[in-house]
Amino acid sequence: MIQGISYAALSPVLIVALAGLALLLADAFEVPRRVLGTGAVAALAAALVAVFALVPGRPHVTFCVPASLRGAGPLPCSYIVDNFTLTFQGIVLASALVVVLMSLDSLDDVPMGEYLFLVFCAVVGVLTLVAARDLILLVVALETLSLPVFALVALKRYDGRATEAAIKLFLVSVISTAILLFGISLVYGATGTMHVGLIGPVAADLKPVMAAGIVMIVAGFGFKVAAVPFHFWAPDVYQGAPLPVAAFLSVISKAGGFAGLAIVLALGFSSYGHVWGPLIAVLAAVTMTAGNLMALRQTHAIRLLAWSSVAQSGYMLAPLAVGSHHTTQAVAATVAYVAFYAIMNLGAFAVVTGFGPRVLVEDYRGLARVSPWHGAALAFFLLCLAGLPPGIMGLVAKIVVFEGVVTGGVTWLAVVMAINTVIGLYYYLAWAVRLFQPATGSVSLPQGLPFRSAVAVTAAGATVLSVEPQLLLQATLSLG
Amino acid sequence: MMLILLLLIPLVGAAVLAFLPGRIRYGLYVSGLTLLAFAVLACVFDYDRTERMQQDVDWSWIPALDIRFHLGVDGISLPLVGLTVLLTFLCFVYLGRHPDKHPRMLTVLLLVLEVGMIGTFLAQDLLLFFVFFEVVLIPMYALIAVWGGPERRHAAYKFILYTLLGSALLLVGLLILGVNAGTFDMVALAAGHGTGLSHTVQVTAFLLIGLGLAVKAPMWPLHTWLPDAHTEAPTVGSVLLAGVLLKMGTYGFVRVALPALPSGAETWAPYLGFLAVIGIIYGSLACLAQTDLKRMIAYSSVGHMGFVLLGIATLTPVGVNAALFGNIAHGLITGLLFFLAGSIKERYGTGSLEGIGAGMLARQPHLAAVLTFACVASLGLPGLAGFWGEMLALVGAYRPGAGLPRETFVTYMVVAALGAVLTAAYFLRLLSRITHGRRVEVAEVADVRPLEWVAWTPLIVLTVLVGLWPKALLDLTDAPVRALMGG
Repeated sequence: MIQGISYAALSPVLIVALAGLALLLADAFEVPRRVLGTGAVAALAAALVAVFALVPGRPHVTFCVPASLRGAGPLPCSYIVDNFTLTFQGIVLASALVVVLMSLDSLDDVPMGEYLFLVFCAVVGVLTLVAARDLILLVVALETLSLPVFALVALKRYDGRATEAAIKLFLVSVISTAILLFGISLVYGATGTMHVGLIGPVAADLKPVMAAGIVMIVAGFGFKVAAVPFHFWAPDVYQGAPLPVAAFLSVISKAGGFAGLAIVLALGFSSYGHVWGPLIAVLAAVTMTAGNLMALRQTHAIRLLAWSSVAQSGYMLAPLAVGSHHTTQAVAATVAYVAFYAIMNLGAFAVVTGFGPRVLVEDYRGLARVSPWHGAALAFFLLCLAGLPPGIMGLVAKIVVFEGVVTGGVTWLAVVMAINTVIGLYYYLAWAVRLFQPATGSVSLPQGLPFRSAVAVTAAGATVLSVEPQLLLQATLSLG
Repeated sequence: MMLILLLLIPLVGAAVLAFLPGRIRYGLYVSGLTLLAFAVLACVFDYDRTERMQQDVDWSWIPALDIRFHLGVDGISLPLVGLTVLLTFLCFVYLGRHPDKHPRMLTVLLLVLEVGMIGTFLAQDLLLFFVFFEVVLIPMYALIAVWGGPERRHAAYKFILYTLLGSALLLVGLLILGVNAGTFDMVALAAGHGTGLSHTVQVTAFLLIGLGLAVKAPMWPLHTWLPDAHTEAPTVGSVLLAGVLLKMGTYGFVRVALPALPSGAETWAPYLGFLAVIGIIYGSLACLAQTDLKRMIAYSSVGHMGFVLLGIATLTPVGVNAALFGNIAHGLITGLLFFLAGSIKERYGTGSLEGIGAGMLARQPHLAAVLTFACVASLGLPGLAGFWGEMLALVGAYRPGAGLPRETFVTYMVVAALGAVLTAAYFLRLLSRITHGRRVEVAEVADVRPLEWVAWTPLIVLTVLVGLWPKALLDLTDAPVRALMGG
């Protein structure tokens, strides 16, 4: 039987995939780096346009079980382009664009074509992941995302630390995939379906099996989003990897993990909220607390950002703790936070990438005096991450998450979050304050156009969203 | 539109200054313009309908979260906004004589601070209120951390971490209130008087909101950030911190917590009153033990805000009116006291009573006279502003709201009255050690300078006026308070 495939629905994925191949080939013919970079930016922009083109007339579906093979009930499709998918694809493509801009200046010792090819492969994985609505496609997409990342982390071939980071990431990732697959097999055994939309209640004697399956799937995604206790890889890998790759891991890879988690929990296991709701609540509370407490102790800028991104994962998990109450709203809150976080965190990473040789937080002393715009931008991003005005964007993101948690009635988690925002403020503020203190040494400033545009794009985005958060929220909160 | 203008003038002023080389004088003009805008607002304000929200601005801001840009002014907000713009303006006047490092940054921060303070008193949407509540944190932090005394970094961190913890809990409480009531509109919430909110929800929400506001107010035992912050902050920081920022906490009680959560308030009021009374006694006793002028005034704030909180805890119109009156009186008098403390510290190079020495009346008669005036006003001399707020709070405690244990509150009243006596004791002790006594010769120091007169005279005049005609202020707040309290 021949199935029709909606290429329009797949267009963002196809554009990125073909562009990745083209870049790899072009590198083989020794096309200059600048041309490769321009091509990559153009391809991602084109994919972004394709995402916007798909907005009218959604949802688009493809890879569906043919009508002759299924009984009554909802249409089981493996690939669905709805609001959720489009929002995440938009976030991922925009973030990838910034990551590529960050890379063009900072990765001089890396073969650009291969690098871009690997990034594009991983992006293809995420774009597919967010549209996947069956468990097999989810796993395949997750692996498409993960495999190139190992290579990306190890890209600095002669750097021992990078190699160690890659091995660590590889081992952790393989184990998490194994656990995830085991969980999926249990769920399949209990329900007899792979489509998340078709997973329903099971017989009483299968409930323990189902519960075990759900816990394992949550654990599997927990590795991806660096939730405690599956977070150990994050600081070492972030530190060892090239900085743009660390940014990629902390934003794009994490967005993929949260999308997958939201898909399986909210769509697949919506009737099992009593199983995963409390589990997520505890994970979220422990993740944000541990992340913040560890970040307090860091003196190394990248390790601080790594632990802070662990803590931020906790905030993103928190709305999902509501379980079956107001699940749609909770998912919307998580997506909104991921979107806001993507901009603020990429912004911080962009500035830090530009000042790569500055390793310790202490080295940033006086940056705002040497380079007022970059210093102000970094301070702004840090305050956004802390969620304090003038970083109103971050404050609104926090309000969204708090509201999701409070609406679901998990008040204790909201109080834990409240205490955590205070811990978080301390280290963000300590860093931001250093920027304005008198400088200690001389500094060389990065001058490249790609770097400056990466900072400018994220700063402009953060500023606009601080005045009009509605621009992003109307997309993210209209899910469901 | 007047209200938008009131926020826009300092905001645009700050934004423009970020790109221009500027001086304190620029801030003087901008805050003067804001003061002018307030004067116009005070003229067009309808004094016969003080309980109504006037000059309403209600724009959609973040519809996805149901956050509206909703501003309004009534008889409760008007005096507080007036206090804010006046004190900010006087701070710039004062700074004109005291050139400091980084004048441009100082001006920007003060103007942003002004936006946050005005916005808090005008906001009529719970989350907008919260956003403005947060806006003041970073500027005040920077004021303390950059222009403060030797222990400034520690004090600044203590200030921001404490108050952020408060406001994070406040956010949770506000969300519980708003989500369960189905609206974030403060006017609708106040009109609803807690209808549709279960007792449990009200108790939880009042606890969280109350904790958040109590840190700001500050209420004993959450006050420990205050003495450090005040001691280390520069003069203008102390003035605005004591004069306006503390009021944001008590204002929140009156505007949000009491009207929207009446049954939660009833549950917690005896505890609130208890802690308020402890604050009064504790503040007075702590003052007796202080050797530093600024630290002593800071602790006296804990005591005075205790009276304000006691007034709120009575849940009666009399008590709440007393609280709002006490807010304004404390803003005027303590603002003046911190100006004086700053000037004295600058002249003598030290804030310790020992270092200043006795006999100031002989050395600098004018400065000592103003200090004496501020002290007796602060200790609650009848005829000056400080008296009415404390007296009415005691009257309110004598007849607390229905449903509150009367014996308990009468006990509070007696203890608080003792606290008022203690207040007199430490201020008189202060005066006897500084202004009176045998003249100690110190290096030549100037008496009150012209610019200082300009900055202080409005506060002195208002303290006398409000003290002699308390009715003017009470008439303004009484109708809205009765409307908020439901009758």
